[in-house]
Amino acid sequence: MSIPSRHFDALIIGAGGAGLNAALQLASADVRVAVVSKVFPTRSHTVAAQGGVNAALANVLPDNWHWHMFDTVKGSDYLGDQDAIEFMCREAIPTVYELEHAGVPFSRLDNGKIYQRAFGGQSQDFGGDQAARTCAAADRTGHAILHTLYQQNIRARTHFFDEFFALDLVRDKDGVISGALVLEIETGEPLLIEAKATLLATGGCGQVFRTTSNAHINTGDGCAMALRAGIPLMDMEFYQFHPTGIAGKGMLITEGVRGEGGFLVNKDGERFMERYAPRAKDLASRDVVSRSIVTEVKEGRGAGENGDYILLKLDHLGAEVIDKRLPGIRESSRIFAGADPIREPIPVFPTAHYAMGGIPTDRFGRVVVPVGSGSEQVVAGLYAAGECACASVHGANRLGGNSLLDILVFGRLAGKDIIDFVRENPYQRSVDPASLDEAMSRLTRWDQKGGGVPAHQLRADFRKCMEDHAGVFRTEEVMAEGYQRLCELRDQFKDARLTDHSKVFNTARIEALELQNLIDVGLSIAVSALHRKESRGAHSRPDYPNRDDVHWMKHSLYYREADRMDYKPVRTKPLTVESFPPKERVY
Amino acid sequence: MRQPDPVTDEELRRLRWQCRRGMLELDHLLSGFLDRGYRDLDASGRTEFLALLDNQDQELSDWFMSRSIPDDPVVRDLVRHIVAVVTPRRT
Repeated sequence: MSIPSRHFDALIIGAGGAGLNAALQLASADVRVAVVSKVFPTRSHTVAAQGGVNAALANVLPDNWHWHMFDTVKGSDYLGDQDAIEFMCREAIPTVYELEHAGVPFSRLDNGKIYQRAFGGQSQDFGGDQAARTCAAADRTGHAILHTLYQQNIRARTHFFDEFFALDLVRDKDGVISGALVLEIETGEPLLIEAKATLLATGGCGQVFRTTSNAHINTGDGCAMALRAGIPLMDMEFYQFHPTGIAGKGMLITEGVRGEGGFLVNKDGERFMERYAPRAKDLASRDVVSRSIVTEVKEGRGAGENGDYILLKLDHLGAEVIDKRLPGIRESSRIFAGADPIREPIPVFPTAHYAMGGIPTDRFGRVVVPVGSGSEQVVAGLYAAGECACASVHGANRLGGNSLLDILVFGRLAGKDIIDFVRENPYQRSVDPASLDEAMSRLTRWDQKGGGVPAHQLRADFRKCMEDHAGVFRTEEVMAEGYQRLCELRDQFKDARLTDHSKVFNTARIEALELQNLIDVGLSIAVSALHRKESRGAHSRPDYPNRDDVHWMKHSLYYREADRMDYKPVRTKPLTVESFPPKERVY
Repeated sequence: MRQPDPVTDEELRRLRWQCRRGMLELDHLLSGFLDRGYRDLDASGRTEFLALLDNQDQELSDWFMSRSIPDDPVVRDLVRHIVAVVTPRRT
């Protein structure tokens, strides 16, 4: 079968903040760049980021990048690589100014400087008073950044392949990544995009869990493509859950609700947080509240017909307070839960929010893999940036305001490094037909007809199993049982079938292709979590309740082949300053 | 009253992908309406829904979450209708 092909210097898969910032660097330097996005670029998940971008501009309170670095290392529970963190915190400042010059309408102070708000985990002078470090464009920072970058890319003549789904990476005869096979969703026809350098910027993978705040597009496509190309995923057990998502739907209900006096009750109306955290109660840390909610449900005290959620009560605050201080929450609850919190409680359950792990990269966005014992090498021509990547700046736990920063800094730097790479490697490598056939088989396997498990059923079963066995409640017993079940579901995938074999806009086929990605990435989370026998940051294990720096201050690496685990050391030496040695993380 | 025209599978598939957005809230509202309310729209209602999908995610989110109100009364009514169709009814 002959597959049409296009040639570019650089291929970027994903059009969120990381992909678009990389593309802008490339297109502005007259590098021929293609951006592939399965949805229209401004519908990427970056649009949902409301908070802001951290940068030590010191516009509101005294600040410097070194304090920002300290907070990020501490926030990471000392699992972040300190060279990458130093680099990100230093680069934050020029990155924000560059965005401002590109047209992002940051909120302003009266003196005309960029306004900065205070977020949790920010300090002055290495753990002192609260800092104000987050630059925002009102409450729509992600939207403002995404639109500005998209418009600048149009001006710079970036070539967009909108509504194309990336199937898999392809290689030349020497095994060097030389582009990707993609699928035009409208026609259902494949297209080979050959490129000297390829950047994976596909965002998060929250859809591996049943309850998530991530949009439906966040199916871990780039991470799964990397896994199938033999590249490990790093620190995948570190997944941030928010304790209060709308039950069964996933939309976030801000901690501000509990800050204003709202509290959690079980089906008997008991304020159960008093049992789990007698002092902090409903304002205990996220992992404690999340695990308490799941414990209540597991022990039969969940509310609702199926006993599978907990109730967040705020009617006692009164209509006036709710309307004045929490109007968005009232609207969200009314629309998605059918509950007006002025009169009735909101059904809630922990919701999967953010992946700290991903495709391992260095601070230039270059994908790196271990070789031999201890050292690692760059995968020539392959880059990753954004939530799908792990430059290891978040370690075991991400700070608010650092996720937009991560995608912008490392998208920008990956773009700059690709410029050098394509200048030093000016010739396009020929794609190995065997590699192309393998990528193509991922598509054609869905042409098989006959019985088998419906793909949509398998998707639902897998996500539920991930939530029950690799979510917030992580004991050996729960996770080992879950791993067996996930393996069974992975086996069933071989027999999964579609009933709709049409080509034009066959969304069922796209969802089936996404299912394979969800399975690959889900297993990486479950297996990595099962192996890490300590509690650190977002990975919380009741059977190993303490952080264990002696045995576990190291990065996990999960390989798809045989679900193999490997580990590599944390880079504790920064670029120019002294290391921050591990300490107990107390706020 | 005239029955709405039947919806073709291709039309539904095409629209389903346009309902994939950058925010989970919009995914639920738009694809939920496609499943539960779109078939009942008449020809002009379907055209209005298609036009609604062309708006930016942030704008749609503001309208659905009542942070702002669409200037066009037709869009205003459609937004209200979508919310009414998708909002779960508590028993």
